[in-house]
Amino acid sequence: MPTITRRAFRRAVLVGLALTASLPLAAACRPTAQDAQNMKGAIKIDGSSTVYPLAEAVAEEFRTEAPKVRVTVGLSGTGGGFKRFAAGEIDISNASRSIKKAEAESAAKNKIEFIELPVAFDGLSIVVNPKNTWVKSMTVPQLKKIFSASDAAKTWKDVDASWPANPIKIYAPGTDSGTFDYFKEVVVGKDGKIRADITASEDDNTLVNGVSGDENAIGFFGCAYYFENKDKLQIVPIDGGKGAITPTHETIENGTYAPFSRPLFIYVNKTSAAKPEVKHFVEFFLKHAGELADDVGYVALPKSVYANAEKNFQAMRSGSQFMTADGESVSGKVTDIYK
Amino acid sequence: MPSTPAIRADRGQPSSQAGRVALNRGFLLVCLVATNFAVLLLAVLLISIAYKGLPWLFDFASIKASFSEGGDGFAGFKHWFRWEFFTEFTSRKAKSAGIRAPLWGSVWVCAICALTALPVGVGTAIYLEEFAPRNRVTRFIQTNIRNLAGVPSIVYGILGLTAFSRLFRVFGADEAWSIGDPESLFYLQLPFGQGVLAGGLTLMLVILPIIIIASQEAFRSIPNSLREASLALGSTKWQTVWNVTLPAAIPMIMTGSILAISRAIGEAAPLLVLGVPLFISNTPINMMSDFTILPMQIYNWASRPQEDFHGIAAAAIIVLLVVLLTFNAIAVFIRQKLHRSLA
Repeated sequence: MPTITRRAFRRAVLVGLALTASLPLAAACRPTAQDAQNMKGAIKIDGSSTVYPLAEAVAEEFRTEAPKVRVTVGLSGTGGGFKRFAAGEIDISNASRSIKKAEAESAAKNKIEFIELPVAFDGLSIVVNPKNTWVKSMTVPQLKKIFSASDAAKTWKDVDASWPANPIKIYAPGTDSGTFDYFKEVVVGKDGKIRADITASEDDNTLVNGVSGDENAIGFFGCAYYFENKDKLQIVPIDGGKGAITPTHETIENGTYAPFSRPLFIYVNKTSAAKPEVKHFVEFFLKHAGELADDVGYVALPKSVYANAEKNFQAMRSGSQFMTADGESVSGKVTDIYK
Repeated sequence: MPSTPAIRADRGQPSSQAGRVALNRGFLLVCLVATNFAVLLLAVLLISIAYKGLPWLFDFASIKASFSEGGDGFAGFKHWFRWEFFTEFTSRKAKSAGIRAPLWGSVWVCAICALTALPVGVGTAIYLEEFAPRNRVTRFIQTNIRNLAGVPSIVYGILGLTAFSRLFRVFGADEAWSIGDPESLFYLQLPFGQGVLAGGLTLMLVILPIIIIASQEAFRSIPNSLREASLALGSTKWQTVWNVTLPAAIPMIMTGSILAISRAIGEAAPLLVLGVPLFISNTPINMMSDFTILPMQIYNWASRPQEDFHGIAAAAIIVLLVVLLTFNAIAVFIRQKLHRSLA
């Protein structure tokens, strides 16, 4: 790592290691007001594999903006990313859900403050086989009947009496994924359980193939996989009380596709944010997240949310707005919550 | 027919003979099916990968142009490849994405892995086979090494994270100690973090038991008469090992080691645990450089929603296969070249 603080430098002197070699370097890395082309340093990003494609796209574009800044993006998963974030190993943590109480606490224990920034929407698509003629739309209570461990509808008829008595086959992402967490919270609640007799896969393409090859299948995954495989799948419009809504870029962005559009976040280490290269990268991220989200299959947030994010970042506002003071997670529309 | 002797032995029992011939044929059929099943699976795998991946490695239009009228034939072979697949870093657009970072990352990590695993592994084998007394302690070590060979590689990832990436936190968690210029070849930092050195050493842990066992087998296969002859001429044990046993064992050691290193190239799980990033815009320049590896890139591309990414994933698989086959070919070559009859 090219960044050597005075503290580390002093320690190096103590052990008598490479005094002469570190001296010019410590001086060179002190933040100076230089333009992006000459910025140096490294930015370490890790976390959700869902956010990865977006972060990758931003980092790719940032290469032309600041060619000398070395950005690395990992994909340890949302939970794994927060662990490394709390240990101070990374500058930015990608997350497909907001930070949890325990994660915020362990960051606080290591004196790490974070700035929470929503960067895009990911719609969850609920899909069935194209040969499925009976499902026209579904409500959340109906989904609960299918997915909940306590209700556990065996056949489609158990969900709706007018549907055939065919056994239901379920394809779902792995239980470690943020997608699964989000779906679970919406459909069966925080304390509910998703039934165990499902086909789970960490690879969403496997789920696409599973649903497209089985007439009685139902599955859910990120919208990008539905948009790419429209010919193999049939989307289930979701009726949240205001009529059946199909996920499209418009319905996800304006929030009518509820409750299955979730925000994706980046969490920036406040100490890192003071570094010019990290600051510039995050500003660049917020500025281009919208257009790049479309490129990688996600949906841009409303402009007002990006404006709020920009404002909060400039003000270095730390803490999570998606968590109450007692650590309960807040659910609802991003536009309502994120100020 | 290989079955004739058996039938001849049973002459005099004509009633059962037809049945036994049928049984023999049946057994042959089962074996044939089993063999062909494996071969067929491999063929399906290779063909589907080649079908998906080759268009991303070769520029078919340019090949066609070379052999059509007015084309330059084989002289134009430079334009047949999509070189950008090797020279470009990854991208959100499959068409401009390349494997420069993961390819070089894999090369660095495997080189470090080989350079550290070979001396340690062969040294252990020499001690255990040539020097160690046959007692309870040796047997205990022996059993442990055999058990370690069966440990899932992800477990070594956790060990590598604690032992190499974080150096047991003895240097504190927040800042790294460093010596030298980060841009130079001789830059060193403690703890190692997610650099190529940490990655290479973690992979060394994965393949070390395999190399030790393969090398032990090699030493065991050397006739004792060779050692006795050397000792009888007054050589010390060290001279015997260095001049007689080790040279004779090298072909077998190399074969085992290269197969082990081929395994290391394909490992993703232990490095994933280490927290190795995937997106990276530079190739390694020293032992502390960040890196990524081919198997991780392949997995990520294969799980993307866009079809084009599945194509470049297949192309990267072809590259990985070519690297692996090259390694195996080297192993075969060394075995053929260095093998001398000891009889």
